[in-house]
Amino acid sequence: MRHILNHMVQYSRALDASFAALSDATRRGVLEQLGRSDASITNLAERFHMTLTGMKKHVGVLEQAGLVTTEKVGRVRTCKIGPRRLEEETAWIEKYRQHWDARFDELDKVVEELKRKEKIDERKKRE
Amino acid sequence: MNARRESEATLMKNRTTVERKSERELVVTRTFDAPARLVFEAWTRPELFKKWWLPKSMGMVLHSCDMDVRVGGGYRLAISHGGSDPGEFFGRYLEVTPPSRLVWTNDEAGDAGPVTTVTFEERGGKTLLVMHELYPSKEALDAAGTGAADAMNETFEQLDELLVTPGESRGRS
Repeated sequence: MRHILNHMVQYSRALDASFAALSDATRRGVLEQLGRSDASITNLAERFHMTLTGMKKHVGVLEQAGLVTTEKVGRVRTCKIGPRRLEEETAWIEKYRQHWDARFDELDKVVEELKRKEKIDERKKRE
Repeated sequence: MNARRESEATLMKNRTTVERKSERELVVTRTFDAPARLVFEAWTRPELFKKWWLPKSMGMVLHSCDMDVRVGGGYRLAISHGGSDPGEFFGRYLEVTPPSRLVWTNDEAGDAGPVTTVTFEERGGKTLLVMHELYPSKEALDAAGTGAADAMNETFEQLDELLVTPGESRGRS
């Protein structure tokens, strides 16, 4: 479904805001990881072979861009995918709906045409 | 969003709904003011299908459309976008039950493509169409839509390049 790629254009504004956050390979890796499951900063630091301080900085940048949210419970700070991803899903579904709506408007016309032809044929048969 | 405008639109024409029913499923519904056999015909006869599958607003051109609508039969569409080389979309029909049910595979993306089921349910001369897309995994659906993962990565790779050579990119933009 290549037309879905067009939807990327819709994201460009949101992406602009996130570009700084996403221009780093480690941060993209962190997002991908959090897409699979929530993780603590310590987990992430270990996984990406970084110091805690380094990972905290990366998570901070992602958090500011709205891509990640964090919550501290006791001494552990848990990171998860942030609200922006949900907005994008809603935007994508709406875009997808508009595509199908446009398609179905055309399908209406085709079906109307078939209906019309059928009526004419029936009339001819009766004559 | 705009509730008033939406309700006005509903009076004018039948509404298309899309719901992500589960992690792997998307469901699209729409009612047509015609008997099921006519709607079914428009999905299964290439000369009719061609007329509506790519409305102008999508900015794409359907170059060819072959459909062998029977169980095990294949279909193949060649579509281009903005002057690009045509991309091919293909698969095969798993179920063909006129005028109520069509099931096909979408094989252009390999194993990541969904299985599409379209049902046509006639009620008082109108037809409720339900299109159901079942992806092999949550990741496949995410990649097709929200993430558009490949496109994203491509965008980011381009961005990386820009960041590596800021002087050049500044000159161009």
